[in-house]
Amino acid sequence: MNSLDPRVKRLHLKADETEPVHTNSHLVTWEVFHQDKRGKQHVHAGVVHASSPEIALIMAKEAFGRRGKTANLWVVKTSDVFTFQSEDEDMFETTPEKTFRDPAYYKVRDRIEKFQKQ
Amino acid sequence: MNNNALKDMLYKMADDALIIGHRNSEWTGIGPMLEEDLAFSSMAQDKIGHAQALYQILHEVLGEPEPDKVAFLREEKLFKCCQLVELPIGEYDFSLVRHFLFDHAEAIRYEMLATSSFQPLAQLAKKIKGEIKYHTMHADTFLKQLAAGNEESHARMQSALNYAMPYALGIFENGGFESELSSQQVFAGEDALKTKWLEKITTVIESAGLQLPKVADDKIAFGGRKGFHSEYLKPLLEEMGEVVRLDPEAEW
Repeated sequence: MNSLDPRVKRLHLKADETEPVHTNSHLVTWEVFHQDKRGKQHVHAGVVHASSPEIALIMAKEAFGRRGKTANLWVVKTSDVFTFQSEDEDMFETTPEKTFRDPAYYKVRDRIEKFQKQ
Repeated sequence: MNNNALKDMLYKMADDALIIGHRNSEWTGIGPMLEEDLAFSSMAQDKIGHAQALYQILHEVLGEPEPDKVAFLREEKLFKCCQLVELPIGEYDFSLVRHFLFDHAEAIRYEMLATSSFQPLAQLAKKIKGEIKYHTMHADTFLKQLAAGNEESHARMQSALNYAMPYALGIFENGGFESELSSQQVFAGEDALKTKWLEKITTVIESAGLQLPKVADDKIAFGGRKGFHSEYLKPLLEEMGEVVRLDPEAEW
């Protein structure tokens, strides 16, 4: 392979001898959860490929803990995450209308009523 | 304290870190998988950072030239790195094994230096403790995983270990100031470090199901600490300093 990068060039890679990708030849994926401060919740950050939970953690550290603050990371095998079907999204359709469940709604209402009285 | 003793020790450490950092960075973009490419490159950056911090101490405390000058413009024979770090990256098995052998020695060295009477070094040791912990964790995890992978991966790790071991033992080549450094409580010495290192790596190697290679004394790759290097250092230094040498006074 003719590359401008001397590091690549001196490996004498043969571009036309790349092996085709085989089915199931990839490692499984792990969901990574990032915690920026002790006591705070772990927040989903992304995915890494790895062959074991130990390797997944090692990879997650550099993939998602390389910038800013990190207190801890979790990894969970993607296949261990259970989820609703996407067609069941309609279960949540009317939820945004139920503003009475949102504490912020009451504060705003109190202020509006007070303003109206004045 | 004799400044030459301190300089000798700091140059050894800084040159080791610079050269292995450069070597490991050669995997950037061609690593075995994206995540590992990122991790290995990050650790290479850390090594360059360690080198920079050590050259900075040499400059500020011991009056040596600026870090960029000593890193990029020094002659080959003035480098004090061990030959282990100079070797080409080879295949990934070798690079991983070198990373394992070197980083454990580095980790224990800094652990010992955390109580050094030379304050700048003791402070640096405390600062980078966590960084190095990740490096050895990464190395141990991969060593164990690949040793237990399949027959081929096990055999490759063992043969990389057999190849790297005589070079790794060269890390502990005694300098001319061992007793001085130890009596002044700066550093307990290469022999003390080697004993602790052998104990540590033997535990990991055995738990990975690999065997610690036996190396005859006359096969150990000594010389690096005294400026006698393998054929691989010179071309590396030329490549590393190629741009700087075009115009050494340029402002970046």
